[in-house]
Amino acid sequence: MGKIFDFDLTADLLGFAFVQHALLAAAILGLLAGVLGPLIVSRNMAFAVHGTSELSFTGGAAALLLGVGVENGALAGAVVAALILGLLSRRSSEHDSVIGAVLAFGLGVGVLLLWFYPGRASNKFGLLVGQIVTVDFASIALLGGCAVAVLAVLAVIYRPLLFASVDPEVARARGVPTMLLSVLFAVLVGVATALGVRTVGALLVLALLITPAAAACRVTASPLRATVLAVVFAESAAVGGVILSLAPGAPVSAFVTAISFAIYLVCWTISLVRGRATRVAAPA
Amino acid sequence: MSELAQLRSTSDKTAAVSLRGATLRYGERTLWSGLDLDIAAGEFIAVLGPNGSGKTSLLRVLLGLQRLSAGTVEVAGAAPGRRTRGIGYIPQQHALGDSVAVRGRDLVGLGLDGHRWGIGVSGIRRRRKRVDEALTAVGAQAYANAPVGRLSGGEQQRLRVAQALVSDPEVLLCDEPLLSLDLASQQTVSTLIDERRRTADTAVLFVTHEINPVLPLVDRVLYLVDGRFRVGTPNEVMTAETLSALYRTTIDVVRVRGQIHVVGAHSAVCEEAPHHPHEEAG
Repeated sequence: MGKIFDFDLTADLLGFAFVQHALLAAAILGLLAGVLGPLIVSRNMAFAVHGTSELSFTGGAAALLLGVGVENGALAGAVVAALILGLLSRRSSEHDSVIGAVLAFGLGVGVLLLWFYPGRASNKFGLLVGQIVTVDFASIALLGGCAVAVLAVLAVIYRPLLFASVDPEVARARGVPTMLLSVLFAVLVGVATALGVRTVGALLVLALLITPAAAACRVTASPLRATVLAVVFAESAAVGGVILSLAPGAPVSAFVTAISFAIYLVCWTISLVRGRATRVAAPA
Repeated sequence: MSELAQLRSTSDKTAAVSLRGATLRYGERTLWSGLDLDIAAGEFIAVLGPNGSGKTSLLRVLLGLQRLSAGTVEVAGAAPGRRTRGIGYIPQQHALGDSVAVRGRDLVGLGLDGHRWGIGVSGIRRRRKRVDEALTAVGAQAYANAPVGRLSGGEQQRLRVAQALVSDPEVLLCDEPLLSLDLASQQTVSTLIDERRRTADTAVLFVTHEINPVLPLVDRVLYLVDGRFRVGTPNEVMTAETLSALYRTTIDVVRVRGQIHVVGAHSAVCEEAPHHPHEEAG
């Protein structure tokens, strides 16, 4: 166990360019996840994000087989998935079953594609649990560009999107194009998911996009404060996870999920204690 | 066309809502046709009728979410959906999700500028002042900072009133806003709406399948049944003769202690009757 937290080795490794790239990628991803997260949680989209990430894996697998770059494939897969999920499920009661059906099929196709792939098994495994140490400058450029684009679009649609997420009926009555926003947001989440797939893997995207925001929403109801907290939590999990994984050379995802789950547990306990306190204070 | 021109002329300025020959069809089915209705500023109109008679569809037309099959409609001096700022909307009470990270004041704030693009950082102080005023007007300051998911149905519905009124609408459209509320909350919410139209001259169109909670406040009633309709004061419309003609069957109207009970087409009048236990209790 002593080997896991070898701080000298960690400090040495931080000097390497590939480690710095990994940290930068994690930081960009954390920011994106933290900003999108509270809206995803408010829209009850956790399962949709999961579905999108699995289909992004399918896209990545297809790209691996075709040799066109895993990032591009993952990105294309996630955006297509987001569009399908956004357009197919107009009614929220159908939402989960549509995602379930599409997700299972997509995952099956992905597995088949990987079976066709003649290359190294670690490339295949990387799509599921992430390969942040292979992030190079080109990946950082793509990541940064995508993040800027997502945040810019989000800045424009934020207020009506919040309205449509919180209160769809009244938003529609006030002329908010809820359908358009829902598809647009699904695409933004798709892009963020695809970027996450590259670093923490398809299976663990939820740890960055959902868990920090869910934790933040436990302790505050203010949209602004929830966003700030979600960014802080997601950054801690993403950057912290990379740093902790350095010395043991263990998969980043294990540490990212552990940190974000620990934060979630703390917030959950705080909300529980607070709930009890307000009930005692206000018996009415 | 001359009618249309007349509608757009300034002489008609007092009508907050104006329908001319309005007809709504879904395929073969005609919900209502040839509906002429002017709602003056400050007027309180209840829209009554059995389920499926097109009450909510009428609201959807006024909100610009549904196009008329024939006829014309104008709301707050413009085509529906054009000037949403002039229109307030109060929906049925339904629980706002617990997962939703918003406070009461955020919900009200969205009523003010939630439809605008951007993040909404400019004019934040003025916004806060108006939201505070709206919260005070409905007496919701005490829970303005609480998560909306934790509030009771009555508290949420008060916030709904504040949300609808914060933008100073000319027309207030209400879709069963008292449904599933207890008697005290029904009274509070309908009184708040009534005060508003008296002090600010807001026209109120109030869809309900139960007139009694708002009977003392209502100026006129629009009663829709199977494509037929009747507009008039409660005393004109809520009679055995009028309703029998509308339902094309024998209907009795019983007045007990200032309340009106429609007997005969009862199953048609109140198919979903979640408020009946309250009614009997009161």
